[in-house]
Amino acid sequence: MIPTLQRSGSGSTQSPRSPSSQEPFLSVSVIDPAKMGNGVQAYISYKVITKTNLPDYQGPEKIVIRRYSDFVWLRDRLFEKYKGIFIPPLPEKSTVEKFRFTAEFIEMRRQALDIFVNRIASHHILQQSEDLRIFLQADEQTMERARSQEIGIFKKKPADLMQIFKDVQSKVSDVVLGKEKPVEESTPEYEKLKRYIFELEDHLAEAQKHAYRLVKRHRELGQSLSEFGKAVKLLGTCEDNALGKVFSEVGDKAEIVSVKMQREAHHLLMNFEESLKDYVRAVQSIKATIAERANAFKQQCELAETIKFKEIDLNKLRLTRSEKLADAEREYDVLKADGEEATRRFEAIVQLMNEEIVRFQEQKTLDMGLAFHEFAKGQAHLANGIAEAWRSLLPKLEACASS
Amino acid sequence: MMGYESHQGLEQAHLYASKEEMESLVLNDDAAAAVPPHPLSSSPPLAQIPTNHDSDTDPLRSSPSPLLHPQSQTQNPDPHSFILEPPSYADAVFRSFDASSEINGHDLSTSSPSPSSSSYSSSDFLKISVSDPQKEQDLATSLVPGGTSYFTYLIITRTNIPEFNGTEFSVRRRFRDVVTLSDRLSEAYRGFIIPIRPDKSVVESQVMQTQDFVEQRRAALEKYLRRLAKHPAIRRSEELRLFLESQGKLPLMKPTDVASRMLDGAVKLPKQLFGGEVVAGVVDVNEVAQPAKGGKDLLRLFKELKQSVTNDWGATKPALVEEDKEFMERKDKLQELEQQLSNVSQQAEELVKAQQDIGETVGQLGLALVKLTKFETEEAVYDSQRVRAADMKNVATAAVKASRLYRELNSQTVKHLDKLHEYLGVMLAVNNAFSDRSNALLTVQTLVSELSSLNSRIEKLEVASSKIFGGDRARIRKIEELRETVRATEDAKTCAIAEYKRIKENNRNELDRLDRERREDFLSMLKGFIVNQAGYAEKMASVWETVAEETSGYVKRTS
Repeated sequence: MIPTLQRSGSGSTQSPRSPSSQEPFLSVSVIDPAKMGNGVQAYISYKVITKTNLPDYQGPEKIVIRRYSDFVWLRDRLFEKYKGIFIPPLPEKSTVEKFRFTAEFIEMRRQALDIFVNRIASHHILQQSEDLRIFLQADEQTMERARSQEIGIFKKKPADLMQIFKDVQSKVSDVVLGKEKPVEESTPEYEKLKRYIFELEDHLAEAQKHAYRLVKRHRELGQSLSEFGKAVKLLGTCEDNALGKVFSEVGDKAEIVSVKMQREAHHLLMNFEESLKDYVRAVQSIKATIAERANAFKQQCELAETIKFKEIDLNKLRLTRSEKLADAEREYDVLKADGEEATRRFEAIVQLMNEEIVRFQEQKTLDMGLAFHEFAKGQAHLANGIAEAWRSLLPKLEACASS
Repeated sequence: MMGYESHQGLEQAHLYASKEEMESLVLNDDAAAAVPPHPLSSSPPLAQIPTNHDSDTDPLRSSPSPLLHPQSQTQNPDPHSFILEPPSYADAVFRSFDASSEINGHDLSTSSPSPSSSSYSSSDFLKISVSDPQKEQDLATSLVPGGTSYFTYLIITRTNIPEFNGTEFSVRRRFRDVVTLSDRLSEAYRGFIIPIRPDKSVVESQVMQTQDFVEQRRAALEKYLRRLAKHPAIRRSEELRLFLESQGKLPLMKPTDVASRMLDGAVKLPKQLFGGEVVAGVVDVNEVAQPAKGGKDLLRLFKELKQSVTNDWGATKPALVEEDKEFMERKDKLQELEQQLSNVSQQAEELVKAQQDIGETVGQLGLALVKLTKFETEEAVYDSQRVRAADMKNVATAAVKASRLYRELNSQTVKHLDKLHEYLGVMLAVNNAFSDRSNALLTVQTLVSELSSLNSRIEKLEVASSKIFGGDRARIRKIEELRETVRATEDAKTCAIAEYKRIKENNRNELDRLDRERREDFLSMLKGFIVNQAGYAEKMASVWETVAEETSGYVKRTS
């Protein structure tokens, strides 16, 4: 169950309860993107506003400035520390230089970052993270120092992560094909889950692709309506007064409809396409967790192997009453402890994942339900607007026809 | 597949393949989708050209079975179903079930029941259909291996016009016959805005045999003949009547008609003017194929004459130019109109493409969501998944419906905006009418200058002759000859002027008719376009509103 911590949207929505009430709350918003610097070094900074009554935080309100790489730092730290939990996904790094500073891209990113932080703040475990507190509270210098430290020790190279993905993927298919490998957990439920996640990503990616294209199509239709309207107006100048006026009105209407289409294109992008994209990212984050689980399982198995051999060695040493026995026994104890630790870690991941998957499914139903609603609402609004615009012309047409 | 859909590539075919998938998924929902037109709409059903027909009497709407089983309508044009309205709104919804019935160019009168009813009395009708292409061998070459073959088309006419011998009859004609008809009409109706005939095709004989080509040609011929039937003067012409009625070989044009219409004064001109050449062609009017050629040669000769006489136009010119100012203004306006028409036509094409694209994409989105729904349903472990799958299915269904609606919207849009393209064709015909006029003027001016030069020659001869005492017999004879020529040329000039005046009058009347018809046609086109856009938008709004309603619960939950 998710405790009743405030989950805010893009504005800073206050809890209906006053800050001084006993209910703990943590409300975050990411706003005010601003371009900093020039040329190649230029980047966008965001204001992160935290409203809270939690004791560890500087309340009631604190504003810090953060940039994209700070968010990445937070995500990476959480990923390291909270294995088994599906860390909320981040929007991608922009690959196309041209779009990095377009208003649309910036807004999309801001929205995604806001959702990212809020998800962390409303997760019963993640919200307690020290890294989150640093992210939300530390001054810019401290933040920068923390960020640059990351590169040395904790940061997993992307290549490693990719390899893990590939391993997991191949293992999934191996199991599916019946080629079992010993170092892979293969309970039927887990296999099913893995298969599900991988296939889900494909389906979602396809839907998202078409959603994105649909946005483009709206823009294109809007554009062609605008051009058509202009041409119709010009044609009207060749006709007599009454008919010419009608043409002119039709041309104007086409332009109005064109504007509506552009607006819906934007709405579609921000509310529906982004939601699908977010869903895809979430699934990818789950894949990363799956990889971590596989890793933990492997470690557990390897340690178990090592312990077994060590036992054999120990027995040998016992029989030969070697003086190495004491050392070996000590090593064995350490190994045993490590083994137990590895098992604990693995089992923690399993348990967390089980909870997370339920939470994930429920949350996604809510998220997508809302996204579908926005999609349908937007399309209905557009269609009604179009119908109204055109219908309003009909009386004028009738008047012209009868004159 | 008829209409613009036949030009789609694999993507469309793929969409249709999976359309079956979609249909099986959503079929029960669509029964609900077949609702009558929007209750709030005050105008008659979509896409129907409203000026002529009351929606309640639309034959297609009142008999649902032909709609649900449109196969009988689509295979071959029913020769007796001449009055076929553009589909009504409800019609369009039903049709979406049947993949093959989209636009049937030959089902729907393309010279649609548009309000040019003003150009003829309402009880007067001439309905034509072109069907049943058959391959026939050219008898002249049929014995030779690889002999040429050609196609003939069955042309069925239904009419109550008294000049025709009957009320229902049919003939077989080939394309060449249509060319002949067209040429004859051009000669007979100079100054008129005559519909342009379909192009002769410059393609390989292999292509000419293909079903696509033959079908395209059939449709084009039908369109052309129907346009001719709409023209107030041509529909009563001998030429058209003979074309539609006469069995066997096409016998066009009685000789006297040719002489009186085309060759007016020219036929009486003495040989000198032609250098003794074409007179044979002029006289030989019994040969049905000839007169056109003869007439054209004549004009060419006049043009050549014009080259040699450049100086003597002076005095008579103002009288002929005067009225032209009004004409020139009109002509300029029409040129401007043509340009803008071309521009709008182009933009209309872009619009149609954009509408098609968006329809396709929303359909693809729908299909992707269908797959996702199926997947979640099959793999569901938790109830939340099942709920999500149900929501998704609603959206998917709506998207697929929207896709169909876009497709129908587009096919209707094509039909309406096609008027623009049609009028571009009309502008070509207008230019022809203007050419007739300038050619006639050229004839007059050439004759005038010829007269002038003849008279000056006579003058010179008289002066020279008067210097010789007792007269110069050679010169006097020459003067007599020339006077003879002058008299003939005077007669020709009189005829040419009369012809020119006649053509000018035709121009004026036709331009008036053009303005009237164009106004009505454009108004109805705009109305059709607008009603179409509004109607389908309303339908789409209702589809999406349902989904918005079904998912409205999520808004409360997460706020």
